[in-house]
Amino acid sequence: MENRSPYIVNAPSVSFIMFKVLLALIPGIALYVYVFGVGVIINILLASLTVLLTESVILAIRKLPIRPFILDGSGLVTAWLLALSIPSIAPWWIIVLGTLLCIIFGKHLYGGLGYNLFNPAMVGYAILLISFPSIMTHWQTPSALMASPMDWLDQIKIIFKNNLLTKETIDAMSSATPLDYIKTQLTLHQTLSSIQQDKIFGLIGGHGLELINLGYLAGGLYLLKEKIISWHLPVAFLSTLFITALMFNVLSPETFASPLFHVMSGGSILCAFFIITDPVSAPTTPKGKIYFGAGIALLVFIIRIFGGYPEGIAFAVLLFNICAPLIDSLTQPRVFGHK
Amino acid sequence: MQLKNIFKFNGGVHPDENKIASTRLPIAKLAIPKKLVLPLRQHVGHVAKVKVKPGDQVFKGQIIAEADGNISAAIHAPTSGRILKISEEILPHPSGLPDFCITLEADFKDTWIEKKPIPWKKIEKTQLIETLSQSGIVGLGGAVFPTHMKLKTNQKQTIHTLVINAAECEPFITCDDMLMRERADEIIRGSLIAQTILGAEKCVIGIEDNKIEAYEALKKAAQKTTVEITVVPTLYPSGDAKRLIYLLMGIEVPKEKRSVDLGIQVFNVATVAAIYRYLEFGEPSISRIVTITGAVKTPQNYEVLFGTPLSELIKAAGGSSNKQKKFIMGGPMMGFDLPSIDVPVTKAMNCVIESSPELFPTPKPVMPCIRCARCADACPVNLQPQELYWFSKSSQLEKAREYNLFDCIECGCCTYVCPSNIPLVQFYRYAKSEIIAQDKSKEAANTARERNEFRLARLEREKKERAERHAQKALGAQDKQAEDDKKSTIAAAMERVKQNQQENIKN
Repeated sequence: MENRSPYIVNAPSVSFIMFKVLLALIPGIALYVYVFGVGVIINILLASLTVLLTESVILAIRKLPIRPFILDGSGLVTAWLLALSIPSIAPWWIIVLGTLLCIIFGKHLYGGLGYNLFNPAMVGYAILLISFPSIMTHWQTPSALMASPMDWLDQIKIIFKNNLLTKETIDAMSSATPLDYIKTQLTLHQTLSSIQQDKIFGLIGGHGLELINLGYLAGGLYLLKEKIISWHLPVAFLSTLFITALMFNVLSPETFASPLFHVMSGGSILCAFFIITDPVSAPTTPKGKIYFGAGIALLVFIIRIFGGYPEGIAFAVLLFNICAPLIDSLTQPRVFGHK
Repeated sequence: MQLKNIFKFNGGVHPDENKIASTRLPIAKLAIPKKLVLPLRQHVGHVAKVKVKPGDQVFKGQIIAEADGNISAAIHAPTSGRILKISEEILPHPSGLPDFCITLEADFKDTWIEKKPIPWKKIEKTQLIETLSQSGIVGLGGAVFPTHMKLKTNQKQTIHTLVINAAECEPFITCDDMLMRERADEIIRGSLIAQTILGAEKCVIGIEDNKIEAYEALKKAAQKTTVEITVVPTLYPSGDAKRLIYLLMGIEVPKEKRSVDLGIQVFNVATVAAIYRYLEFGEPSISRIVTITGAVKTPQNYEVLFGTPLSELIKAAGGSSNKQKKFIMGGPMMGFDLPSIDVPVTKAMNCVIESSPELFPTPKPVMPCIRCARCADACPVNLQPQELYWFSKSSQLEKAREYNLFDCIECGCCTYVCPSNIPLVQFYRYAKSEIIAQDKSKEAANTARERNEFRLARLEREKKERAERHAQKALGAQDKQAEDDKKSTIAAAMERVKQNQQENIKN
């Protein structure tokens, strides 16, 4: 006879955890809509639809039960994170293609939920960024900064009927991100203080973008409070990014942006609470999580300042995903009664 | 009741206690059953040696099977009556396998054999231990290790602290709780006796803060004694001996060492009470307190004679209230399904829970591990259960061992918190048994290889010896031939000489 104990369990299900993560993204998404309009919602819907269809087909091919693996919600988390990572005015096929890449190459080719070596959303994002650099770096100008704000019909038009719009219109709608702008302007020998006079800058980060980041921060703190994620990853990531940026900033304030700017720009907050916290592709030991978060932050900073891309989160995360098993094996905690 | 100077171990869980139901009524005595089935193996160590034969009349408290060697315990007749048979019966054990038992038919006279209280203060310690080995007392917390062995100390191993385990951290179980409420005095006296026998400087009782009444009773009984009572937070598995020692003293018992190596001995409350009753009144171990709870009509604690069929206890508790009729022995975290309700109550049986789908729903479908490490956060041994699971599942047994699989105490905390509903502990049990089996077969293979090598060497040696012997023999034969040749030459010469001489004479 088999010993079946324990007979009782008290754990949130995988679905519960994933839907909490989706819930935590809502404040950020709401502010995204407030700043940029409905474009992001369309991307999220497209991504969700793609994920549900793709996963159903793949699960059927793999002869796995469809219902539990669709309901686990992990696919939707990947889809939403990708939708939030790409420019909201990118043509519709970008998010569809990206989601397909995430789900097929990032997730199911490795064995599906629980087996992905890499963060699936970042796999899709990195392939898109390398394959379509122009589209992936054309970000929408915040509605408040546009001469004539886009209405939601224009946004749908730009996503679905890209070819109907002239290049001028598209250019008028889009602009560089603050991180990108600083990078290009610095090569033109501008000082940071004059660069940051541009209207795309807000109080600490990018105009409007900083608000969205605050939304993500609120969601992240909610996940911490609900014990969905542990503090090690976000704290290690954000503090390392802050301290590194601070050192450079103190050294030369006219070439290196302030630490707060780094924390509140690009995908820093989203990365700290939602991307590197993917448990499957991150280390599991407390110490390992700290090294992982800190390492990614260092790499992000290096790519932002010295690399060819304005933002380096996807590459930093993917590189450190490779190291996760090694980090785990080197950071095993002391077992009770061991030296 | 206050918590002070507690050293917290990693993790632990806090399941619903479900203890109140069985503490509403006082401990009741279960009636003597018609037949009692006494397994010969109710303890850790050697099986007891049968001292009776079918047909024998026995008294209550008479030894019917004696301890075989040091690590063994005697079995006593729980009541007076006649030995019916010695046969294989089903035991309350996860294996569900039958083993030898003595069946006793009660005569309902319940006549005691002459009780001999032991003047334990006056007799010499080795003799006292010897006497205690006749008591049949084993660890009543569930470990069932012969108690007299734990009271043995030597020059190398002195005990400075005696820890009395009153934590009772498993949900549902309340037998220790009720014993403390009702017989705190026996526990304190037993603790002091054990402390004296061990020569320990200190005696500390560790009790969880959910047993307020028991705590008050102990405190009252321990007044004017040196017994300390320390309250530990209610957190499963604080009743695990190594965890309790850490909670109370901040000492981690190192891997592959026992607490006695550090001068700490641990007894369960029921065990020390049993020691007291044996020495003070000459009553051996013939009964224990058992919690019957769960889906039964009237959950309660009963003092039950060993060997009583479980079905009697179930009947006393109002019978089974559902059709499923499944019973768990022990708590819901570490217990196991009983193979039948006809099994006897044994020394290890602290609690029986009637299972029901409401209490213990069927496990949800298993999902893949998402490495969330909630299990690692819950592990009181600070292991990495997610890694152990991976290694066990893929049969990377060496890796599992390297990641300290054998430090796992199978407390079930990891399974309790797993979002993917993975029966982690079952994987560890499997991996452990596989490793043990592999080690055994490896050892057997090694022995076989050694034997074979020895045999080959012996054959080789014998062959050589034989060859040598042959060579010797051949050489010997040659010598003889040569000698014969020589002799015949000489003889021939002699013959010639003789002939010549004769011819000379003739001439």
